[in-house]
Amino acid sequence: MGEWWTYSPEDFLMFSPRVYWRMFALTNGALWPLPLVGPALALAAGLLCLRARGARVALAMLAALWAFVGWAFLWNLYGVVNWAVFYAAPLFALQAVLLALAAARGPAQQRPPVPRQAAGAVLVALAAAYPLLAPLAGRPLSEAEVFALAPDPTAIGTLGILLIAGGGAGLWPVPVLWCLFSAATLWALGTAQAALPFAAAVAAPAAALFWRGAPARA
Amino acid sequence: MPLTRRRFLELAPGAALAALPMPSAAQPSALLTRVIPSSGEAVPAVGLGTWITFNVGNDPVLRAECTDVMSAFFAAGGTLIDSSPMYGSSQPVIGHGLARLKPQRLFSAEKVWTSGASAGAAQIERSRQLWGVPRFDLLQVHNLLDWQTQLPRLQAMKAAGQVRYVGITTSEGRRHAELERIMREQRLDFVQLSYNVLDREAEARLLPLAADRGIAVLVNRPFRQGALTRALARAPLPGWAGDIGATTWAQALLKFILAHPAVTVAIPATSRVDHVRENLAAASGPLPGRALRERISADVKAL
Ligand SMILES: NC(=O)c1ccc[n+]([C@@H]2O[C@H](COP(=O)([O-])OP(=O)(O)OC[C@H]3O[C@@H](n4cnc5c(N)ncnc54)[C@H](OP(=O)(O)O)[C@@H]3O)[C@@H](O)[C@H]2O)c1
Repeated sequence: MGEWWTYSPEDFLMFSPRVYWRMFALTNGALWPLPLVGPALALAAGLLCLRARGARVALAMLAALWAFVGWAFLWNLYGVVNWAVFYAAPLFALQAVLLALAAARGPAQQRPPVPRQAAGAVLVALAAAYPLLAPLAGRPLSEAEVFALAPDPTAIGTLGILLIAGGGAGLWPVPVLWCLFSAATLWALGTAQAALPFAAAVAAPAAALFWRGAPARA
Repeated sequence: MPLTRRRFLELAPGAALAALPMPSAAQPSALLTRVIPSSGEAVPAVGLGTWITFNVGNDPVLRAECTDVMSAFFAAGGTLIDSSPMYGSSQPVIGHGLARLKPQRLFSAEKVWTSGASAGAAQIERSRQLWGVPRFDLLQVHNLLDWQTQLPRLQAMKAAGQVRYVGITTSEGRRHAELERIMREQRLDFVQLSYNVLDREAEARLLPLAADRGIAVLVNRPFRQGALTRALARAPLPGWAGDIGATTWAQALLKFILAHPAVTVAIPATSRVDHVRENLAAASGPLPGRALRERISADVKAL
């Protein structure tokens, strides 16, 4: 595009904020009462990771969730109003496969250092608490983004789990890229919530590099 | 047809534009029309854009709202709806509304937005199916994309009776020099460009050239994608608004555009029934003269 400098972030936004937030209401309504279970799933996955065998269960669960969110939310809903998301949906399927392979192999032999796990716990807690963002921003609770159903809390929770369980390098790119993409979208939508996926995308890999516990696998 | 309460409510907001007696209850007739130079056909001077506002996906509530907007648009006498394969789900949402409303008069304005002849043909056919129309009234090359390939293809479709008019679009002042060259060298029925009270570059060359060459002009971004109406939301409407029968800033902005003699149709987009009625109502009553147009522009700039 020769005239790229004439574009602003909003020019790439092809849907209104109302359409965006209502997608979560549609998802929550269609999958009710799953939204009630989502935050508990995030916390359970975090706790499971504290044991090696539990970590395999957590990674397997995440694999299923990435496949589900990619198909139900990205492919069937979000992609319809934003064609760029159609390209992201197969990446969610890829992430599901990578997580399933990691679950089959088991997590890192060496336990990640405690500060790294603590950073992971913060992200998992954030993912579990994500539904509160809607009422905090003055949106109805029906539009809450829920771990296991909405992509942002699922990706942020996954980064937290990877910090706690010590997943291999191959598991990181898709959740990090999604968080950056979503942060850009939220920024263009004009909401400060953009800071959360952005912070997760920067902080999680930084924490993983800083407190390198186990050698990278997978 | 008896004027039931429901019919009356449907009509009431447009009543100001309706010259009685009405030919058909749902078609007020006093809407300002403009003539397409290449054919002599008249079209109502305010149309309906669909970028963002109609990209609502499969959301049943928002789809119904878009159908309501279309219903109010047709009821007020509007005919021209503009869309593009670039606009996400806007095309199926238009199709959804058309299937329910079955309007008597529709002027379908679509675009081709791809490279390559066969990709263009396939895209146009897919768009046609999504709208659910037998053929489009107007096909435009979106943002000049691969116009060297697409424009001759559209001309051939026109010759074969598969489309009635051919055009090309740009927006936000991009590539005006190239557009000017195309307007000089190619046979176009329509050109679409951005023009509003603040973005007036087209006045210098493109609008006079369109008038000169007999090319109809569709005006996109009349409200700068809503930035103008939002910025003016709290500003009081100056006294001159009464002189041109504008009751809102949106109407004043549209009347500024329609007052340019080269403009054929302005195509504001909206997701709201009250706004679409307000916008259609701008195509009635007096338009500002040269001096008042400058005053409107200056007043908006000063705010
Ligand atoms: N390159 C191209 O070919 C190209 C580029 C740009 C645009 N276009 C076409 O031109 C159309 C119009 O341009 P646009 O959609 O970018 O911008 P626009 O029509 O200037 O502005 C649309 C915005 O104005 C608001 N609005 C509409 N009527 C209003 C009223 N009466 N009072 C207050 N606010 C009002 C709408 O909000 P509400 O929903 O709240 O009413 C909407 O957000 C597009 O939809 C598209 O069809 C083509």
